[in-house]
Amino acid sequence: MTATRVLVLAAALLAAAVPAHAQISDGVIKIGIMNDQSGTYADLAGPGSVVAARMAIEDFGAAKKNMKVEVLVADHQNKPDVGSSIARQWFDADHVDVIVDVPTSSVVLAVNQIAREKNKALIVSTGATSDLTGPQCSPNAIHWTYDTWSLANGTGSAVVKTGGDTWFFLTADYKFGHDLERDTEAVVVKNGGKVVGKVRHPFPTADFSSFLLQAQASKAKVIGLANAGADTTNAIKQGAEFGIVKGGQQFAGLLVFLTDVHALGLEKAQGLLLTESFYWDLNDRTRAFSTKFAERHRQARPTMAQAGVYSAVLHYLKAVEALKSDDGPKVIAKMKELPTDDPVFGKGSVRADGRKIHPMYLFEVKKPSESKGPWDYYKVRATIPAEQAFRPMDQGNCPLVKK
Amino acid sequence: MTVFGIPTQALFGQLLIGLINGAFYAMLSLGLSVIFGLLNIINFAHGAQYMMGAFVAYFALQWAGLGYWPSLLIAPVVVGLFGVLLERTMLKRLYHLDHLYGLLLTFGVALVVQGVFRNEFGSSGLPYTAPPQLTGGYNLGFMFLPTYRGWVVVFSLVVCLGTWYVIERTKLGAYLRAATENPTLVQAFGINVPRMITLTYGFGVALAALAGVLAAPIYQVNPLMGADLIIVVFAVVVIGGLGSILGSIVTGFGLGVIEGFTKVFYPEASNIVIFVIMALVLLVRPSGLFGRTA
Repeated sequence: MTATRVLVLAAALLAAAVPAHAQISDGVIKIGIMNDQSGTYADLAGPGSVVAARMAIEDFGAAKKNMKVEVLVADHQNKPDVGSSIARQWFDADHVDVIVDVPTSSVVLAVNQIAREKNKALIVSTGATSDLTGPQCSPNAIHWTYDTWSLANGTGSAVVKTGGDTWFFLTADYKFGHDLERDTEAVVVKNGGKVVGKVRHPFPTADFSSFLLQAQASKAKVIGLANAGADTTNAIKQGAEFGIVKGGQQFAGLLVFLTDVHALGLEKAQGLLLTESFYWDLNDRTRAFSTKFAERHRQARPTMAQAGVYSAVLHYLKAVEALKSDDGPKVIAKMKELPTDDPVFGKGSVRADGRKIHPMYLFEVKKPSESKGPWDYYKVRATIPAEQAFRPMDQGNCPLVKK
Repeated sequence: MTVFGIPTQALFGQLLIGLINGAFYAMLSLGLSVIFGLLNIINFAHGAQYMMGAFVAYFALQWAGLGYWPSLLIAPVVVGLFGVLLERTMLKRLYHLDHLYGLLLTFGVALVVQGVFRNEFGSSGLPYTAPPQLTGGYNLGFMFLPTYRGWVVVFSLVVCLGTWYVIERTKLGAYLRAATENPTLVQAFGINVPRMITLTYGFGVALAALAGVLAAPIYQVNPLMGADLIIVVFAVVVIGGLGSILGSIVTGFGLGVIEGFTKVFYPEASNIVIFVIMALVLLVRPSGLFGRTA
């Protein structure tokens, strides 16, 4: 009889402890930040994304609202198999409710499948493939910060319109590079330009000289860099060595982060056109957020990927609070229903296909003489309004969108 | 004129690029070969030491205002001393054990060193520019040759051949080779073998650091710059034959060229072609192209 009594007592205790968050699984909201913690993409997302997520939890006031929020961190090493096994472990054993960030498109699509299968949530900030809101869209996922289509649309059309009408692509040989090349090629052709050649380089590549010679021989006016991180900075840096820009050709960095410009130095990066959804020096709110971030992350200003993680976690918590549940697809649905508002992107919304909508900006990298010091790198060339910045919903072939 | 649809002029360009990359493979695999040939240590920290060389050059510029030319001397000396310290305090305790222990120790050291640098300096690298005398380039007609790259090929060839000459053709080299064959006997002739071994390790490490300084203006000075390279370099050493000095120089340059051509004809395979060759060579000649048959 005592065993039964103990059981009843335990049940009563549990019941007493739980009601405050009856719908929150195991009483804790667990956010898993999965990204590249040590490789090519570690500076543009990496530990900085974790800092951003923690800031979002504090600014949301989780402690005051008596909500328990935990952050888990994992390094997927840019490998889909590693990412998949972490996702399974997190969902099955560690009761993680949402995976956030996830650079490297090949990993994104793998984790996307698992989140759907396990009925959990996924919010992608750093990963770029536009397929996530296209054929691979899911009721469990939101694509937050930018995508290959919006990059191509921003930089691609701006470059063609200023006379860069023949292109040669240096493409990172995996899902992200292929998508970025595909989306940019479409924009170039639509604006009357022509693609004269392309070469797919292994990811990552340290030495681009061989590929640069091929680009040089193609006589294309524009060399489109459909890659990211150290691949982009190495290509630009070595391009300067081989006299690419002096010879009259121009680089179009299709995905360039603030940390890449920082690593290149303004001397080499000046004049580069690039598209991003966030820059720390846009307005008072972005400046205040970025100063706080810098204090906690080696004095570095946040990249759009890291700022996106902040914005995403903040909105996720708002949705959980409104719903009083951390059930994957329900929270995602709630996030689509609620308007977004944060210091990073201002006011915005999430579309039915899982695409977060906000303006994108076409930036030009400043000349060394124009910069007031470290991190003062961009000037705004054009603002692309939210409704034009992303692929129209009816063109993405997302099964969630009713035609 | 074209070869397989590629103009011959472009192929000349790629040949030269291949030689430039081969220069780095040759210098790094040479250091590994010297260390393995004379100490029987598989030095997995070689990539980290190469990275340290580049960082010393960066520090010299940032903190002491010393440019590229002094760094060519300072970095190998500083990193070489680090190597000497490593050998004195740790590696020498492992000589009587299996190769595997040295490999594990140096691998661990590499992870620690890379981790510390990454933690301190991030992963996207720091800028380092070539000295003004070596910027710009020459238009060779078939390609634009950056002056700095030309310098790298010439300089590393001189270093490689110099090293080969010292080890294979001088009295000091003879002592070294004798000490590997029979340390007890050489010691009996009044030669301080442990000190010689320490200095040899220091020299191999210094070679890696020198390659790091050479690489700094081409790549970013990056905590991970050695981590990716070291695997390729090990493949180069295995193909050339473990411990063969001349073998590592020739295969270094040769594989650089083969890799360069792969980037033209089938770029997707360019990061595995060396390993494919390694597998083939191991099947046919397990001791490597230039290796002594065991």
